[in-house]
Amino acid sequence: MAVLRLRFTKTKRDKLAQVLWILNWISVVTGVILFSLGLFLKVEINKRGELMAERDIQYVPNMLIAVGIIACAINFLGGKICYDCVDTTKFLRWKLIMLPYIICTFFFTFCVLVGALMCYSMHGELEESLNLGLAEAIRFYKDTDTPGRCFLKRTVDMLHIEFQCCGNNGYKDWFQIQWISNRYLDMSKKEVADRLRSNVEGKYLIDGVPFSCCNINSPRPCIQQQITNNSAHFNYEHQTEELNLWMKGCRQALLEYYTHIMQSIGLTVLITWLFELSVLTGVRYLQTSLENVLRQGDLDSESDGWLLENSFMETARTNLNIIKSLGKSNQIDTQPKA
Amino acid sequence: MLLKIKFSQQRRVHLAQGLWLLSWMAVMWGVIIFCLGVYLKTELLRRAEVMDNTEIHVVPNILMMVGLASIGTNWVASRACQDSLDATRFPRWKVFLLAWFAVAAVLCCLLIAVVVLSYALQGSLEESLKVGLRNGIRFYKDTDVPGRCFQKETIDRLQMEFRCCGNSNFKDWFEVQWVNNRYLDFTSKDVKDRIRSNVDGRYLLDGVPFSCCNPASPRPCLQLQLTDNSAHYNYEYQSEELNLYSRGCRQALTDYFMELMNSTGPGVLSVVLIQLSVCLSLRYLQTAVEGAMALEDPEGDSEGYLLEKGVKETIEDLKANALKMLKFGQVDPNAAEGSSEAADAEKAEKTASPTPAS
Repeated sequence: MAVLRLRFTKTKRDKLAQVLWILNWISVVTGVILFSLGLFLKVEINKRGELMAERDIQYVPNMLIAVGIIACAINFLGGKICYDCVDTTKFLRWKLIMLPYIICTFFFTFCVLVGALMCYSMHGELEESLNLGLAEAIRFYKDTDTPGRCFLKRTVDMLHIEFQCCGNNGYKDWFQIQWISNRYLDMSKKEVADRLRSNVEGKYLIDGVPFSCCNINSPRPCIQQQITNNSAHFNYEHQTEELNLWMKGCRQALLEYYTHIMQSIGLTVLITWLFELSVLTGVRYLQTSLENVLRQGDLDSESDGWLLENSFMETARTNLNIIKSLGKSNQIDTQPKA
Repeated sequence: MLLKIKFSQQRRVHLAQGLWLLSWMAVMWGVIIFCLGVYLKTELLRRAEVMDNTEIHVVPNILMMVGLASIGTNWVASRACQDSLDATRFPRWKVFLLAWFAVAAVLCCLLIAVVVLSYALQGSLEESLKVGLRNGIRFYKDTDVPGRCFQKETIDRLQMEFRCCGNSNFKDWFEVQWVNNRYLDFTSKDVKDRIRSNVDGRYLLDGVPFSCCNPASPRPCLQLQLTDNSAHYNYEYQSEELNLYSRGCRQALTDYFMELMNSTGPGVLSVVLIQLSVCLSLRYLQTAVEGAMALEDPEGDSEGYLLEKGVKETIEDLKANALKMLKFGQVDPNAAEGSSEAADAEKAEKTASPTPAS
């Protein structure tokens, strides 16, 4: 009892081979698209590499790149095979390779599916990485004289301006760290000395934020210093003022950005997976129908094509037996010879 | 004949095929020129709020027009090519082709004019930006006046995007009140002093908006009391270069647009070259095919040329034709007298000489 048996005339077989040839070439193009999507994601993650802590998130773009390249190769081979299948004499060349090819491609489509699912699962790791990375970056904002960290100020400022965000969770993160380097603090002034003394760790903390947190949509010139002090500014109320600074935290802004990219990529990979699966089904039908034709002997006659020769359970049983007998081939047969 | 070339039938066929490909390539280039014009126009429109006049828009307008016209003319050329090898269909192109050459010449002239204009209008662009930016900076504080409420956002975005400050430099902000009166505490002594010390009653300070801040500065941005060295620790106003953007926005925008227009220069010049080559090839094809049709054996060799007579003679011919067309409307007094005299002479002849019949 074959699974999904279909009857194929000679013209139907030829047409199937031609259509599959074209579809395989389209699949090569989708393989290239997968590769470039992986490359794009890799570049985007590396661009903000300074703001991400060491976490294992590079595996997603690497997987996509590998899958893309393998998809190109497999579908290129598939295209060649289908092109030759139109001519039955050429099919004999490929006869032995086709079944392993189909099995390999079947397992490969699983890889594509895993790649798609990974895109959606990266979310948690990415959030952790961004949380730690941004906290570090904000702490080292003032260290423009330390080699290796001297560009962190510029990176954080450009991040605020580009993604329209402030701080890690919000602008109040800047109140908890010293973001003005000691080089620019006049230690002889009373006010500075007071602030330093009032802090346990001797840090100069102020209720102010860097200029890059300023919201350009505010109707009022930006208030960066003494943000929590309502009396320091005319007609200003700290609790109700929403347009003065960017309200969103940079972690959330970056997370939204990357989630959006990865959801689009994930969707594209899923569509590619479905396409690959359908091409594989077509190739399987082509293979079985051509083999049946050769078995019947008459090359122009009709033949059956199927997905599996016997039912699913029987095929599984037969394959298990084959695997078991392979395992047993090394054992000595304990049954005495009659 | 000017620049004669001999054409066999096969050469004519090759010429027609090559010209067909060349004219489709020219159509593609026409599309590219049109897209360049559209891109330039959108960039200019995006910054229209800081520009005073739209004189500079003539460059993208001409580019778009020429792009469209070039698509049309080169498509016509490809149709003429297709018909050129068919002896029944080619004769009706004769008059069209004359008009076509005129249009192609006009297009080439316009393209060269565009390249010249893009350099010549730089001064006008700078003037327009100067006035536009000055107004933008003046109305920066008017976020409550309808029609000007987005001026602040526009100027802030511009300064951050182009990394510039003010019109010529950051000192332009010292001459303008950029803090709205709504946010000034008029009971405070400092505010009252400042306003009284100014002739026009404006609140001027030696500070700039936050968008002038340079993120590349190693120090947190200093926006206020910029000229006062003692207001900030370890700060010297004259030698501080990294704190704010040192370039003026007028300079930044002019540089940006000039670069944009100069980068279209090579594209435009290559279109001119392609158009000229299409022109020349079509002329050769036309004369060769016409020559072949005039022969007894249409498949034989014919000559193709650029001009039938020499350059001087062709110009004289054109002048004579033009004058004839101009004179067409006028009544020629000499001719009228001459014709009446001739008529009289004829009558006299008739009466003088008896008719042979009688």
